[in-house]
Amino acid sequence: MGAQLRVYRQKIRSAQTTKKITRAMELISASRIQKAQQRVAASGPYSRAITRAVSAVATFSNVDHILTTEPEKIERAAIVIFSSDRGLAGAFNTNVLREASELAARLHGQGKDVVHYLVGRKAVNYFAFRKRQSEQIWTGGTDAPEFETAKEIGDALVAKFIQPASEGGVDEIHIVYNRFVSMLVQVPEVVRLLPLEIVEGLEAPAANEVMPAYEFEPEVGNVLDALLPVYIESRIFNAMLQSAAAKHAATQKAMKSASDNADKLITDYTRLANNARQSEITQQISEIVGGADALGSAK
Amino acid sequence: MAELNVSVVSADHEVWSGKAKQLIARTTIGEIGILPGHEPILAILAAGEVRVTDENGEIIRANADDGFLSVEHDTVTIVARHAELV
Repeated sequence: MGAQLRVYRQKIRSAQTTKKITRAMELISASRIQKAQQRVAASGPYSRAITRAVSAVATFSNVDHILTTEPEKIERAAIVIFSSDRGLAGAFNTNVLREASELAARLHGQGKDVVHYLVGRKAVNYFAFRKRQSEQIWTGGTDAPEFETAKEIGDALVAKFIQPASEGGVDEIHIVYNRFVSMLVQVPEVVRLLPLEIVEGLEAPAANEVMPAYEFEPEVGNVLDALLPVYIESRIFNAMLQSAAAKHAATQKAMKSASDNADKLITDYTRLANNARQSEITQQISEIVGGADALGSAK
Repeated sequence: MAELNVSVVSADHEVWSGKAKQLIARTTIGEIGILPGHEPILAILAAGEVRVTDENGEIIRANADDGFLSVEHDTVTIVARHAELV
């Protein structure tokens, strides 16, 4: 019986230590969400302004440019997956990876080749474990994304996009990331970056309305050439920031429920330990009483 | 009198926004001045100073590099990878 009690006490202690760790992690992510959220908000105006400019060009001008026209046949598509470097975030990485493989399957179904670009150690491990190929990887900076990384990713993607498909270039770029909706909700999102799909922020001009004639300085081609990489970068940076904020929120949620579970375990085991102790005492008393009786009757 | 709605944003924050009478910026082919009622334009910025004359006639100066100037319906947006007030 004594052994039983010792086992319960051990389990209580173990649950207590685990709880300390999960509680600390919960508090850490809670404090980081704020900052991550502020960064998402701060990068908002830039990416909105860029998207607006791109949309304006796409809506109001009929220029033949790689940015605004859709190729007749899409041979190869790139998927950029934004995961996190660390786990312990509930379904965060699973969601985004599942969404990405669904997208890849869909693109395969349309007869397109798919190349993957991975951001975050979790996605890299997922691919390595399944021995899948990836074009390029970025790890180590998902908690606090740097604009430099976004620029690097953007440059790599734009270079691929400009390359003709026959030489290994891509005709389509998709990104998959977790969007931060609120502290409780993070939604995996798939967005096609190129060719431009959605015209955001601007209503299409009414048929009878005169379209404002856009002036371009210096030349329309040059402006669009310069706009393309900036647009990609800003979208990627925004996705990275969203993903970082979502990761912290997911970690906080996961760690909160882990701490709650630890609490419940501690209560349960304390009850069991009390039971065990009580029955041990009862047994000792009955042994003493029995022993005294035996001694008394032996006289 | 019509006014310009100006916002100057850099990659990670909004540098300045507000109403203005006039804006002067440097594009790759020279300086350009924008007054209310300007035709829509999209231009590449060259490294240099952006000067905004606000409603009270005060001049706000900002350094901008590597970005764009867009004007439509009296809304002027300066988007630059690096931008800061002087």
